[in-house]
Amino acid sequence: MTTQRQAERTEQETLLEVDSVDVNFEVPDGQIQALRNVSLEVERGETVGLAGESGSGKSTLAFAIVRYLDANGWVDSGSIRFDGMDMLSASTEQLRSVRGNRIAHVAQNPGSSLNPSMRIGKQIRESVELHQNPDSKAAANERVYEVLDQVDLPDPEGMAERYPHELSGGQQQRAMLAVGLSCNPDLLILDEPTTGLDVTTQAKFLDLLEELKSEYDAGILLITHNLGVIAEIADRVNLLYAGEMLESGPVESVFTDPANPYTQALLATTPEMDADKKIRPIPGQIPELDDIPPGCIFADRCEYATENCRTGEVPMETVDSATGHESRCHYWSDVIGSTAELETETETERTHGEAVMTIDSLRKYYDEGSLLTNLLTDHDPVKAVNDVSLTIHESEAVGLVGESGCGKSTLGRTLLKLHEATGGSIRYDDRDIDELSRSELNEFRSECQIIFQDPEGSLNPSRTVREILARPLKLFTDLGAEGRAERTEELLGQVNLGANIVGKKPHELSGGQQQRVAIARAFAARPSLIVLDEPVSSLDVSVQASILNLLKNLCVEYGTAYLLISHDLSVIEEICDRVAVMYLGEIIETAPTSQVFEPPYHPYTRALLSSIPLLDPETETDRIKLEGDVPEPRDPPTGCSFHTRCPQKIGEECEQSDPSLEDVGGGHCISCHHDTTELDQPIENQKHDDNR
Amino acid sequence: MNYVYLLKRLVYMLAAVLAVSSAVFAITTLVPGNVANYILGTGATEERVAQVEADLGLDRPVHVQYLDFVGGVLTLDFGESFVSGQPVSEMIWPRLIRTLQLAAVAMTISIVTAIPLGIVAAAKRDTIVDQLVTTTSYIGLSVPSFVSATLLLLLFTSPPLELFPRGGYVALKNGVIPWLHHLLLPAIAMNTVILAYVLRQTRSSMVETLESEYIRTARLKGVAESKVLFGHAFRNGLLPTVTVLALNFGWMMGAVVIIEEIFAYPGVGEMIIQAVDSRDLPVLQAAILVPTIAFIIANFVADIVYTLLDPRITLGE
Amino acid sequence: MATDTSSQTESDRSPIPPVVWRLLSNRRVVIGLVFLVPMFVMAVLGETIAPHDPTNTNVQMRYDSPGGKFLLGTDHLGRDLLSRIIVGARTTLLIGFGSIALALAGGVPIGLAAGYAKGRTDELLMRLMDIVISIPTLLLGLLILAVLSSNVINVTLAIGIVYAPRIARVTRSATLSASEESYVMAAQARGESNTHILFREILPNVTSPIVVEGSVRVGYAIMIGTSLSFLGLGTGPPTPDWGFMIAEARDHIFQTPWFLVWPSLALLLTVMATNLIGDGLRDVLDPKETGDSR
Repeated sequence: MTTQRQAERTEQETLLEVDSVDVNFEVPDGQIQALRNVSLEVERGETVGLAGESGSGKSTLAFAIVRYLDANGWVDSGSIRFDGMDMLSASTEQLRSVRGNRIAHVAQNPGSSLNPSMRIGKQIRESVELHQNPDSKAAANERVYEVLDQVDLPDPEGMAERYPHELSGGQQQRAMLAVGLSCNPDLLILDEPTTGLDVTTQAKFLDLLEELKSEYDAGILLITHNLGVIAEIADRVNLLYAGEMLESGPVESVFTDPANPYTQALLATTPEMDADKKIRPIPGQIPELDDIPPGCIFADRCEYATENCRTGEVPMETVDSATGHESRCHYWSDVIGSTAELETETETERTHGEAVMTIDSLRKYYDEGSLLTNLLTDHDPVKAVNDVSLTIHESEAVGLVGESGCGKSTLGRTLLKLHEATGGSIRYDDRDIDELSRSELNEFRSECQIIFQDPEGSLNPSRTVREILARPLKLFTDLGAEGRAERTEELLGQVNLGANIVGKKPHELSGGQQQRVAIARAFAARPSLIVLDEPVSSLDVSVQASILNLLKNLCVEYGTAYLLISHDLSVIEEICDRVAVMYLGEIIETAPTSQVFEPPYHPYTRALLSSIPLLDPETETDRIKLEGDVPEPRDPPTGCSFHTRCPQKIGEECEQSDPSLEDVGGGHCISCHHDTTELDQPIENQKHDDNR
Repeated sequence: MNYVYLLKRLVYMLAAVLAVSSAVFAITTLVPGNVANYILGTGATEERVAQVEADLGLDRPVHVQYLDFVGGVLTLDFGESFVSGQPVSEMIWPRLIRTLQLAAVAMTISIVTAIPLGIVAAAKRDTIVDQLVTTTSYIGLSVPSFVSATLLLLLFTSPPLELFPRGGYVALKNGVIPWLHHLLLPAIAMNTVILAYVLRQTRSSMVETLESEYIRTARLKGVAESKVLFGHAFRNGLLPTVTVLALNFGWMMGAVVIIEEIFAYPGVGEMIIQAVDSRDLPVLQAAILVPTIAFIIANFVADIVYTLLDPRITLGE
Repeated sequence: MATDTSSQTESDRSPIPPVVWRLLSNRRVVIGLVFLVPMFVMAVLGETIAPHDPTNTNVQMRYDSPGGKFLLGTDHLGRDLLSRIIVGARTTLLIGFGSIALALAGGVPIGLAAGYAKGRTDELLMRLMDIVISIPTLLLGLLILAVLSSNVINVTLAIGIVYAPRIARVTRSATLSASEESYVMAAQARGESNTHILFREILPNVTSPIVVEGSVRVGYAIMIGTSLSFLGLGTGPPTPDWGFMIAEARDHIFQTPWFLVWPSLALLLTVMATNLIGDGLRDVLDPKETGDSR
């Protein structure tokens, strides 16, 4: 397939040609160059990925293409040609006839990008009426239903009558895509189309894109920070870093033989499922746009860099002219030769002690409603945590994985007595945490800590780092001012921060630094258990790796038990000894980490695993599609909570009786009516076409 | 339309009326310096005070007085005037009607001028037009209505520009022109602060809407700018204005006291001043409660209108 | 490293916090201050800088035009208008700023408590506030002053009561969103006391919207205060007061418009100055907010 495409390349027409574009912005302190000398091509029928971390300028490039930069930004030099037309000199009229018609820009955040007070159908019809001159409203509506059907939205006629807020996140994304596709565009720009979606929803969206590629002959420019998504769906990839294009070429060559140190480092730093690779953080930080170093933009963080890299312009060099593989690096040939250098991880078996925390049949219901509401309406509480039992042992790292809204964060917070439990019991150190005396409660608080997803939000913005770290020391230790200062310095050292940041306030720190401070605060009083609530999901992948390594080291150093909550199995695999899978407020599978990735699987876990896009573009994943959306936690299904979406559903048994967690061997527990052998079987990819 | 929601809002509204009546009762009865003193002035003899209290039923236990008062409010019976002995409700209705006419004209003026100007300022953001409109509104926002009313009186009711009468009221049945002729000046005077306020609110919420991501989506669909403004931004951008208009109705219900006094307009506001001067307690209570209840109703209506206009608010919860 | 820390501490203690610089480089704040500072000087110095005795009547000199012996002219009793305006600034500013100070003192604790406690407490406190808010501001002021006797303290108190619920509302919503932040949950996880969380964790982070709200309200408070004294419910004679001056001028506008013009202008400039400063504060402290409710 690859060779065939390469043969076609020469014949195909170039649809979009971005050539040496500079984009500048006027900011209060002067000008910044957000994009420098960026070139990119998209051909008809081809999917081009544009990857980069936050602040790399990916979205800016997309807006520059459709000429929609903010009022303080402009294309300073270079050219953008779309199908022979010079976009930079196009008149307003010309732009209007191209936008939405021949170039469709599908923005990120579908929730806020759809007009909240306009029905979905009308928002699509508007495009059709503007550009396609349909004979009648009925004809336009015909097209609306057709395109809604193509993006796999159920009941197109009904869907057209709905308002955006009545759709789930995944459906909103599909509706945005429908707006984009409505006029048969030549070029489709997708800006972070799957960010914010759960993995199973993301997987469905990627499958849909794959199908649409064959129906529409459009060129697709896919912007994302997720390399897995690119590997999955793109033909070619461009890597943008701090406003400069560092590498571009066919996905196969770039991902297997990266010719740029940045690409190589990025691939090495991305955690991967079930691969025994040791993630390697990229040292340093992305340069600020108002302080661009001369020479190679990546030189400061690059292990190949020499003095040569720090002066003069580094040109884009051709790696393979046949495939169009290019890299902006003097030493690309050295880089290509050294790809195999990835270390593999040696499993360190850690010994776990007694149980520190035992949770038994825990329930946590929300929003039980006021008296008046219950009288006037049928009101069900949100069953966020429903009958969960789990044990965490001394110096054991337990992972809790699940999609958004499954109740994993609520569980974590209820454990720390931040929420009042509705039912069941939590025992810490063999004492019920609801029956602790005042001094015992204080001890419990010092022993159990929490780290949050949003590092900036978890640090009081009006405090300095010194004050933030001093607080737990004051509360939980007998240290005097001197001792606290020493301990603060020690803690900062342990989280790899310089002592010179003690006087800074959180907003003066980068996201990674903030999270390190939060980690230092959690470890200040040497706790025995830490709940980590999505500790890396708001960080860029290069920062993520160093935080994960830090957490791993601290876990060993302090002998602390972790409950690591994450939606990302690869993150959990990196740190945890044991995994619990949560679905709709219940734990449906627990197992030692290595066993989760092997059969027997719970059907949900199997779907989850198959949904994660892999970095290796050559692996074909046999994806299991889950039907429909996660049911409302106000009104969970009877019987097995997963039966409404289960591809292996047996029948009435699943609808009526709720299975319990049963050990299938080696501490691997699964809650399913199937027996082990059935859960071992690969399932043939059922009903792939019937919901289109 | 969800009737449960409507019912709930109605219950809340009634509760608000009840609560406000209680507040008025509390302030007039419980605040030190009691009613008899208020009526008689501080120099009255004790016998006079006792007699007045007996006359007014103020010697009864507080809770009996309270129930009597609140019950009266709910049946629209505010007692009799101390001065004329007339039932207060009879006195207040014609005046309320006149005050509401004044408010309606004033409201219309602010809607038809402030909203379009606010939209224009937002659409032409940071241009001369915008700066002119916002600067003018700034001055308007700083002119108390008693200043604007007095100045208007000075300018337009005496030679050389004797365009309007100095005050008074002509009923609508005597013709629209004379009616409006008497209403216009007070209505304009009442508008200085309000108009500027509505304008600034409209502008800022339109600006915010025009910067939103779905407006970007519309522009990137190739929708023309005028259609972006009226097809996409208008409805969302004007939603907050609905609430602001109701708030302004409340402001007007206060401002009428001053405007009616200055223009000798026989409405509820003028009645309040008279009641304060003549220490006519039942009239004062009613004249303060009735516009307040009107304001509560206005808020209720705005709430319903808002929910009808904004599909995101389902009338369920 | 030791030197590093000490230099950091020094910059923490720098005498002028950066926010003051940002305020002073805001155009609106500067224009507002240009008008407001002289008003404050007038209010503080009062009689000592007034060219004449503000209460001294002189029937021969009544309705004098500006520019002569009396810089701004005289009123119907021949009193010097300039002196009356200078001395009148005191009452006006005292009522405007004093009542908002009172409103802050009452509204902030209520808002903090409601926003942090949530649930029933929040519901109860906010419904109470709603009741006060649903009485139109001027009517509530009138009602309170009709019962209490009219003097500066009571007027200030009445307007303070009028605006306290509005301050409470703003404080509550800021507190509500601040208490959703994870640093508050982190404090709870440390077992901090409620008072520590309210006053040490939350309060420092909600001051911006409260300060902005308070400063915007000063203009309205001045308007209500002068309106009340215009209606004869203010401090009353002989103390000069802008609202009452305008009320008196009303009967004499056809003899001398200046009698009306000067106090109106003084009032307008003062209200505009406080509005400008309020908006400037919003630009600097709370850039996301664009509007507020009355």
